[in-house]
This record gives sequence, C-alpha cells and structure tokens, in this order.
Amino acid sequence: MIQIKDLHKSYKMGKNSLHVLKGINFNVEEGELVAIMGSSGSGKSTLLNILGMLDSSDSGEYILDNVPIKDLNETKAARYRNKFLGFVFQSFNLINYKSAAENVALPLYYQKVPRKERQEKALKYLEQVGLKEWAGHLPSELSGGQKQRVAIARALAAEPKVLLADEPTGALDSKTSYEVMDLIQKINDAGNTILIVTHEPDIADMCKRIVHLKDGVIIEDKKIEQVRAEQYV
Amino acid sequence: MFNRDRWKEILEVLSSNVFRTLATSFGVGWGIFILIILLAAGKGLENGIRADFGDIATNTMFMWSRNTTISYKGLPKGRRFSFKLEDVQAINDKVPNLRFISPRNQLGGFGSGNNVVRGLKTGAFNVYGDYPEIIRQEPMTITSGRFVNQNDIEDKRKIAVIGDGVQNELYDQGETVIGTYIKIQGVNFMVVGTYQKKDSGGGEEGQKEIYVPFTAFSQAFNMGNDVGWMAITANDGSSISELKEKIVGVVKENRKIHPDDKRAVGYFDLYEQFNRVESLFGALRWVAYFVGVLVLLSGIIGVSNIMLIVIKERTKEIGIRRALGEAPWSIKKQILMESIFLTIISGMIGIIFGAAFIYGVNAVLDSVGPVDMFINPSVSLGVVVSALVILIFSGLLAGFIPAQSAIKIRPIEALRTE
Ligand SMILES: Nc1ncnc2c1ncn2[C@@H]1O[C@H](COP(=O)(O)OP(=O)(O)OP(=O)(O)O)[C@@H](O)[C@H]1O
Ligand SMILES: [Mg+2]
Repeated sequence: MIQIKDLHKSYKMGKNSLHVLKGINFNVEEGELVAIMGSSGSGKSTLLNILGMLDSSDSGEYILDNVPIKDLNETKAARYRNKFLGFVFQSFNLINYKSAAENVALPLYYQKVPRKERQEKALKYLEQVGLKEWAGHLPSELSGGQKQRVAIARALAAEPKVLLADEPTGALDSKTSYEVMDLIQKINDAGNTILIVTHEPDIADMCKRIVHLKDGVIIEDKKIEQVRAEQYV
Repeated sequence: MFNRDRWKEILEVLSSNVFRTLATSFGVGWGIFILIILLAAGKGLENGIRADFGDIATNTMFMWSRNTTISYKGLPKGRRFSFKLEDVQAINDKVPNLRFISPRNQLGGFGSGNNVVRGLKTGAFNVYGDYPEIIRQEPMTITSGRFVNQNDIEDKRKIAVIGDGVQNELYDQGETVIGTYIKIQGVNFMVVGTYQKKDSGGGEEGQKEIYVPFTAFSQAFNMGNDVGWMAITANDGSSISELKEKIVGVVKENRKIHPDDKRAVGYFDLYEQFNRVESLFGALRWVAYFVGVLVLLSGIIGVSNIMLIVIKERTKEIGIRRALGEAPWSIKKQILMESIFLTIISGMIGIIFGAAFIYGVNAVLDSVGPVDMFINPSVSLGVVVSALVILIFSGLLAGFIPAQSAIKIRPIEALRTE
C-alpha cells in the first residue's frame, strides 16, 4: 500500500538547515496497523505529514497504492488527500461552527457527493463510532473522546485507503484513549490500513507493528502481538 | 454558485461576528450612497437646465440674411438681400440628412407699433408666415382649434393661430375665439386655433405671436418669393453643426455672395449651444462617478482588510479543509463569494438609503415649489444597474487579495497555527 525509499527532508531556517529525515525506507501492506514511535523531535510528525501529502520531501520515492506521489500541485494534492487519505489529529481539528454530522460529511462534500447521500453516510459513520445521537451537536458540546470519535468518523467518511493519525490519544485520558484505540482496532479489523504516531508504549502495543524513529532514521521495525483495547474499556 | 452549502457557510461566517460585518458594510454602503446622491444631484441640475431648453428640437439652426460685406460678381458690398424660396429648394436638393427646412417671414417685432386690429381693440404682435413643420422646431401646445397645415399652405388660406397673450388683449374673457376674424395690417385672417408656449426664457413675448400660412403671408403682404428667416433641423443621426457650412454655402452661391463673406448670412446653431451644456452634464457625471468611486474604494479597502482578518482567524480551519481535500480554487471561490455577498448587501443598503434620501428631497422640492435650475433629482435604473456592476466588481476586488493569501499558506502551516 505504501512504499517509501530513501526519503529525506530538511527544514531551512535562514542560513541553517535542519536535517530531520535522513533516508527513511519502509513499506506498509494493506490492512496493517502501524505505530510510529520515537522521542520528541525525532521527525514522526514530519514523516506522517509527508505521507499525508501535507508536506513534501526533499528527495526519495513515495508510492501510495501504486501511484507515485511527486510533483503535486496543490489542486492535485487536495484531490489525492481526499481520495486516498483520512486524517486524525491530536487536537481533533473539527470545524467548530459545524455540527458533528456536518463535520463528518465535509470530505464527501469535496467529492461532490449529493447532499442527501452525504447526510446518510455521515450518520452511518457517526453510528459506527457510537455517536449517532450527537449528530446535531456542535464540537463545543462534545467531550474530548467524543470529538476524537467524530474526527475518526470524518476520516473514515471518504473511505480512504490509509488512515493517518498523529497522536490521536495525545489529548485524552487513558480510559478514553483505550476507547479510541478500541475503535481504531475495529476499523483495522475491517481491513483498513492505519498509521498512528504515538509517544505512549501502551498505545503502540495495541498496534500490529512498531516503527521506531531516532534522529531521522528508523532504528527498529518489528511486528508485535496486538493487545486488544476492548479488555480495558 | 447556487450551492446551498456554500450559501449556508457564507451566512454562518458573516453572522458569526455581526458587529464586525455591519461595520464593514458601512464603508461600501456609504460609498454607494454618496455615488447615488451625486448622480441624482447631477441629474436634477440637468433636468433643470433641460427644462429651460424646453422641447425644442435641439438639432436645429436658425438662419437670416444681413448685408454683404464683400463685393462679388459686379455686385457692390453693403448690398441688402433676401433669401428666396428657391434657396429652400436648393438646400433641400443639395444638403442631405435634413429633417425640416422651415422658411419664415415676419411682421412686427420688438418695438414696432400696433399692427393687429379686432373691432375696437388693437395690439402689437409678432406675425409669422410659417410652414406646418415649425411646430416641431418651436414646440407649442395647441389649446384649441388647430395649427397651420399643408392645405392652408397650398390654398394660401388666410387663417391665423394666435397665442394666449394675443387672445387676452384682443378678446374679452370667455369670448369665442375660433372662427372670428382679426385684421393684420389691414388684411383679414380667420382665427382657427390658439396655442400656448412653454415658458422658455422668452416670458410673455412667446405668447404674443400670430402664426399664419407662409404662402398666405407672402401673398397678403407682397413678399413675392422672399424668405426672411429659416429654421433648419437635421436628422437625428447627423448634426446640424456639421451641415451648417454646406447650407450657408448653398445660399451664398444662390444669392451671389462672396464665399469668404462671413457676415452676410447670420445664423445661430442651437445644437452647438446645447452640446456645450451637454458636455457640462457629462463632466458633472464624471465628477460624481469619480468622487463616488473614490469613496467606494475606501469602503472596498475596508472590506478587503476585514476579509484578511477573517482569513487570518480562519487559517486553521482552512488548513483542516485542505487536509480533508478541499481544492484551493474552492476556498478561493468561497472567499470571493463572501466578499461579493458582503459588498452587494451593503451596497444595496446604500442604494436603498440613497433612493429614500432622493425621494425625501423630491418631496421637499414638491412642497416648497420649483427651485431654479433644479428639477426632479433622480437616478435611473441604468445607474442602479451600473452601481450593482460596480459592486460586484468591487467585491471581487476586495476579495481577491484575501482569497489569494488564504491559499498561499501551505496546509501544513495552516494546520500548525492556533
Ligand atoms: N516547519 C518547521 N520548520 C522548522 N523546523 C521544523 C518544522 N517542523 C518541524 N521542525 C523541526 O523538525 C524536527 C522534527 O519535528 P517533528 O514535528 O517531526 O517531530 P516529532 O517527532 O513529531 O516530535 P513530537 O513528538 O514532539 O511531536 C524538530 O526538531 C522540529 O523542531
Ligand atoms: Mg509530532
């Protein structure tokens, strides 16, 4: 599903340049649930953003679902993001003047899905994350865990190939974190490919594979026995 | 464009900070208000001055004969001459694009003695021998009976059409006028109509005139083929100012006047005068647009500024949208539409207030009576439409820079802002 070869990225700040990713190589198969770990500043978010086409690499190869991702203009990048990718952010990033259902329907709007179908799908995904009754509520009326579940429903709505989550549980207490992980595991069970950036070892253990970043290179990449989140919920 | 979700969003955004939206709209509304008021004032002035011209066919020149000042073909200078009926025909034949040529002969005039008698009453009036077309060149309202017609000309009928002023002096109040006879320099004419002229600067003088058929006049007063005066109107498409040289040339040739003799034929070009005034109106309109558009411009800058602030506030949201796959042009369109919507709404408010203001001014003008040179200030539908076009354009202009800046920032940076 994802093939990355010798990916480099540096940030230029004035005269200095900070080499953040120093040759990343890794592949992700369809249906995997990968945790990306590493200390702060190791380049986890940078990698995820490049995978998400929110940022571009300096050199290296990136192939997503057999489509080489390079030289994208913004319009094309937007279309690819919409078609291939779902994002879940640490800070939820819901649009605060839109209801839960409207937030979930947003990616479908950009796909020009008709209004009625959009609403139906939004409700379907809200139901999947257990928030159907909250469809009409604004984000400000939801708890952190609920917000993240709405964000996950939104990321799923466009039926992307890959779900990218940057510290999805970073702003949540452990109980809510497990609820969210339980949801992510179930989505993964259904066959979705998911990449999660996390600091927390217990969250990483709930994935099927852990990739360890340090100083811009992968120092460890191992498959693990998944811990089910269900038991903690 | 007529997408429900888009409009919903526009309203959500604009209503999220009502005070700011109102404050922003004020600038544009005020600009359009000023523009409308200035244009209306210009129109009022124009209407006032136009009314002074009356309904006169303005594409008209008047021409009369004077003394020659250059000797020519053996004829001495200082010679007194008169136009002839052949000249009228010659002008008609040789000069294209003329609508009317009305020859006229005249009796009386300023300072001359009594020339009209009815019973015991006498009066001094201008008596004109005219063709029927004159009524188109010097408009008057027929208040009873009729004006001179073609049959009168052909049959040389001794009939007369008299003005209000003539009627007042020669008739008693309520006396029947039509069918009675008046004696003009000893010749009887039957009155067949009365007229009234719009007050066009001539005051009472314009009402003290008597119109009789040109042919009857020539016969009765032994004018022969002489023509004292001509009123010549050009077709709408062409200008009499351009034709007048040619007309005068034809007459000079016919009357054996030296081509360089500038004084022999006198004329007055009404069209030129009128155009001078017209171009003044044009200039006034320009000033109105100029000032209005400048004021509007400051409003637009205000809108643009506010839109920039709004976009700054919404940077994160725009980042989220782009992460979710909204195309840059779609964001741009959204912002442009917000801007256009805001300018149009505020502009409409300006137009409405402007219209109400003009309505009020008209009401006041009506109640205090006519004001010199200022009648019925108004804006036409055309002005409102062009104001709207200006507004849409302004909205585009105001939204352009903010829209550009909204998509200039990369999604990753937009997402990072708090
Ligand atoms: N836009 C930027 N400009 C300059 N430097 C940046 C930028 N974004 C990230 N960096 C730097 O790149 C390095 C990697 O950042 P990144 O956000 O990928 O780290 P991370 O692994 O996600 O850390 P954390 O766990 O704290 O989120 C950091 O040293 C950071 O300061
Ligand atoms: Mg990070």
